[in-house]
Amino acid sequence: MKRAIFAIVGTVSGLILLLGFKTHPSPTANTAGALPVGPTVPADPSASATPTDGHGKQASAGPKTRTVSGDTIQTRFGPVQIQLTLTDGKITKVTALQLPSDRQRDVEIDNFAVPQLTQETLSAQSARIDSVSGATYTSDGYIRSLQSALDKA
Amino acid sequence: MTARRHVEHCMGTVFSFDLRPPHVPAAVLNDVVAWLHRTDATFSPYRHDSDISRLARGDTTVAGCATEVGEILDLCDRLLETTGGCFSAYASGTLDPSGVVKGWAVERASAMLRRAGSRNHSVNGGGDLRLAGGPEPGRPWGIGIADPLRPGSVTTVITGRDMAVATSGIAERGAHILDPRTGLPATGLASVTVVGPSLSTADAYATAAFVMGDAARDWIEGLPGHEAHAVRADGRTWTTSGLLVSGP
Repeated sequence: MKRAIFAIVGTVSGLILLLGFKTHPSPTANTAGALPVGPTVPADPSASATPTDGHGKQASAGPKTRTVSGDTIQTRFGPVQIQLTLTDGKITKVTALQLPSDRQRDVEIDNFAVPQLTQETLSAQSARIDSVSGATYTSDGYIRSLQSALDKA
Repeated sequence: MTARRHVEHCMGTVFSFDLRPPHVPAAVLNDVVAWLHRTDATFSPYRHDSDISRLARGDTTVAGCATEVGEILDLCDRLLETTGGCFSAYASGTLDPSGVVKGWAVERASAMLRRAGSRNHSVNGGGDLRLAGGPEPGRPWGIGIADPLRPGSVTTVITGRDMAVATSGIAERGAHILDPRTGLPATGLASVTVVGPSLSTADAYATAAFVMGDAARDWIEGLPGHEAHAVRADGRTWTTSGLLVSGP
């Protein structure tokens, strides 16, 4: 009775290995540039043509790509906003539209945490993560922002 | 997608609702959200006029407060006993039941939804969750556990139905978690996740387990219906015997 209802499946470090993700932190992490994604994410030529205004609609035939933006979330380090690109309902790209930038420490965190989050979002898609438990203040804000984007997906 | 999602900022954090079929009328969720805000107004230690602030100042008695205040204080007493003093509403030196209110509120929000007929949903209160049923037929909820040592990463995934998942970690709300027995910050674990049947208790158990450190492993093993997964400060992890490890 006590021992049968919960299970731990896999580890995300395993998924990181599978995806072979490499981080390329931008020296100006406070800009709203697109973040790198792992090389094994299926290349989708239509994705690059996707409007990024949050109301993207794919005109041509082929995979349906659209973008959704999460709410801006206030974190300990400042505002965070995440944008997702979905191709046929699967997350193919995560972009940080807004990141804290007013202190050196923030930039360091951005460089470290954002590529990780990008990775994790893609991993979450493959690992079927419905929600996240835990609360370090940096990931917390990102996760919430991510979740708000998923709310609109 | 048949999921209905809602995000609500309340109690200094974010509540995320993920409702799956069978769906309930929108008014049900509106009532739940309104209740959360009323609860915040009652229990917030940051509001000068909240029942808890007035009670802590001695301006009123429990009898002069909302009925939920007595309920929470009783729960705090039980938790103090169950955790051997490792969870206390007085850990900071003054009355502050915040450590139990959020989990209790998530648990009650889920109960309100279930009573209205919502059998499958997830309520996430700032990283502590109550899951009902499953996200879709034949699949359990998959809950990523944030890696406390690598911000933005997930350290493992816990799957299950009808469960509460609570995590206490080094950096939540920026403050160290104090050991009520010594008044000193707890060290040893980077984070600990407790899985159990109710978030009213699992949330406080996670706080107590964090205070206990490695000793929490035996404590949780002895708690019927509860399991734990911990990441130690040195990066090593441990898991109680009932969490089945599977997958790639």
